[in-house]
Amino acid sequence: MKIVVCAKFVPDATADRRFRSEDNTVDRAGVDGLLSELDEYAVETALTVKENGDAEVTVLTVGPEQAADAVKKGLQMGADAGVHVIDDAIHGSDAVATSLILAKALGKLEADLVVFGMGSTDGGMGVVPAMVAERLGLPAVTLGSEVTVDGSTVKIRRDGDTASDTVEGTLPLVLSVSDQANEPRYPSFKGIMAAKKKPVETWSLADLELSGEQVGQAGAWTEVTEVTARPARTAGTIVADEDGSGAAQLVEFLSTNKFL
Amino acid sequence: MSNVLVLVDHTGGTVRKTTAELLTIARRLGEPVAVYIGEGVQDALPALGQYGATKVIALTDPELTQYLVAPKAEALQQVAAKLEPAAILISSSAEGKEIAARLAVKLDSGLITDAVDVQEGPVTTQSVFAGNYTVQAKVTHGTPIITVKPNAATPEAAETSPEVEEFDVTISDAAKTARITDSKPREATGRPELTEAAIIVSGGRGTGGDFGPVEAFADSLGAAVGASRAAVDSGWYPHAYQVGQTGKTVSPQLYVAAGISGAIQHRAGMQTSKTIVAINKDEEAPIFELVDFGVVGDLHKVLPTATEEVTKRKS
Ligand SMILES: Cc1cc2nc3c(=O)[nH]c(=O)nc-3n(C[C@H](O)[C@H](O)[C@H](O)COP(=O)(O)OP(=O)(O)OC[C@H]3O[C@@H](n4cnc5c(N)ncnc54)[C@H](O)[C@@H]3O)c2cc1C
Ligand SMILES: Cc1cc2nc3c(=O)[nH]c(=O)nc-3n(C[C@H](O)[C@H](O)[C@H](O)COP(=O)(O)OP(=O)(O)OC[C@H]3O[C@@H](n4cnc5c(N)ncnc54)[C@H](O)[C@@H]3O)c2cc1C
Repeated sequence: MKIVVCAKFVPDATADRRFRSEDNTVDRAGVDGLLSELDEYAVETALTVKENGDAEVTVLTVGPEQAADAVKKGLQMGADAGVHVIDDAIHGSDAVATSLILAKALGKLEADLVVFGMGSTDGGMGVVPAMVAERLGLPAVTLGSEVTVDGSTVKIRRDGDTASDTVEGTLPLVLSVSDQANEPRYPSFKGIMAAKKKPVETWSLADLELSGEQVGQAGAWTEVTEVTARPARTAGTIVADEDGSGAAQLVEFLSTNKFL
Repeated sequence: MSNVLVLVDHTGGTVRKTTAELLTIARRLGEPVAVYIGEGVQDALPALGQYGATKVIALTDPELTQYLVAPKAEALQQVAAKLEPAAILISSSAEGKEIAARLAVKLDSGLITDAVDVQEGPVTTQSVFAGNYTVQAKVTHGTPIITVKPNAATPEAAETSPEVEEFDVTISDAAKTARITDSKPREATGRPELTEAAIIVSGGRGTGGDFGPVEAFADSLGAAVGASRAAVDSGWYPHAYQVGQTGKTVSPQLYVAAGISGAIQHRAGMQTSKTIVAINKDEEAPIFELVDFGVVGDLHKVLPTATEEVTKRKS
């Protein structure tokens, strides 16, 4: 079985994330980035499926030069191969355009099972898996918090707001997993060394038979017109409960602000 | 005026508040047309009329609800082909976003998710990067498809008496390839729904596993209960109540964080709350950077006393 994990390279959430003033796109060059933490759960899912059967795991990323780090992290965790789609024209792609690039690359890779995270930690739309499934004409079982792959049947449990569902589909299929699905492994020293020898291909838009007009800001069907940083919060009142008066002061605050 | 499609969010005919919000927003953009999938459209009619639906399109084919979202996206595409709407509004639930995603590809249209406001244009407002930035955006190609977060608008009544129009859809075999094989309904708690609540009291690792004081304080305020991921991962509270990046994003009038440190991923889900209160025994906890009012103390002491006091004042 051929498993492809789609993994995104994102700006570090604990660092200073910002937008480029010239075009309102995310600044990905000037800030630290990493493999979106939520895609580690997808890599882990693929590796578990591989350990329970016979599979080859490829990590696929679409992103700028530094995005090679996302592929590398996947290989260090235990994936077998990597594909990095890189092209200057990709900058500024929206979700629809990104899904087009991923779908083209997945078609070329002839994946049986495509595994996604539940959402990136930057855009966080959580829509790319369904978009890719739609483009490839594949079923999607999404947001799995428990995943079993048995032969060609993929079963997930999904905990929704009103019910906990079991959802089933057959390969080829698109799967996305939530952060409840597993505990992603840390790369071992052996894994880190082995990753250096694993094959990584870089593909351009031309390799995918896509033109620059179909992606990037030219091919984006959405536009960000304005970006405003949130004003800093004004310092609040903080009281110590040492003398046991904290609760009374809290209730007084709630009362003054009409919450009672 | 052009049609604006609103996908009705309901459980067996009971329309959710988010739909009233979407209908209110739709009126700013054109004539709201409600698209209702499933049984019970007659039960839903009064609520849809109250918020200004000029027409209700009913899709009752049982296959629409057996097979996850792909058939629903196909159905919406067919409705859109007939009505040529100026925009399509869908709730920002997991299912809503998935339908929107497939629809965007089908209609070759731009998609904006998690809007916290939508004005004429349509121009959307999104709160991004853990609430640290607000961005305005618009769709530049195709039919604007927008998923809207709960509480993005205050529902405003505008009585109409909409007609129900049955609409026949054709569902492809390809859309019927993933299905729900089992469903266990969640038990109702009797508390307000997390994403719709005006007040939320959340507990974290600091509860030590005892959510009793958190629930009691929430009940005294008529609030919903939330939890941090640490509390959820420890099995102390169900995942459906997690607030944060991978849980619910909430924006209530009042958010009370008890025994929660305030990690960036938690803040991502509650930072836009109007008023924030924290109880934490560590005065250095990052949550205190956000608060309007904070108590440095033990939640097991503060919450029960506060609950008693609130109950006394209210009676
Ligand atoms: C703050 C912010 C807001 C945005 N709002 C919008 C918007 O409203 N509409 C819009 O069209 N675009 C928007 N974008 C752009 C959008 O985020 C990007 O186009 C992105 O590439 C796809 O969406 P996502 O990151 O939200 O992915 P999600 O849909 O959240 O990602 C789900 C999964 O898809 C996979 N994946 C996603 N991107 C890649 C990739 N590049 N390489 C490999 N795998 C990937 C991963 O497995 C990931 O876990 C926004 C971006 C930002 C930073
Ligand atoms: C990709 C990713 C996604 C994530 N998504 C989420 C998410 O959606 N939601 C979320 O919450 N987290 C999320 N997290 C986890 C997040 O990083 C934190 O680990 C988590 O929020 C911590 O929960 P906590 O504040 O309850 O626990 P801790 O950080 O352990 O804090 C407990 C706090 O309780 C205080 N305390 C202890 N005892 C008492 C007492 N008796 N009285 C008062 N205070 C007391 C302590 O001083 C401390 O500040 C995510 C992490 C990652 C990597």
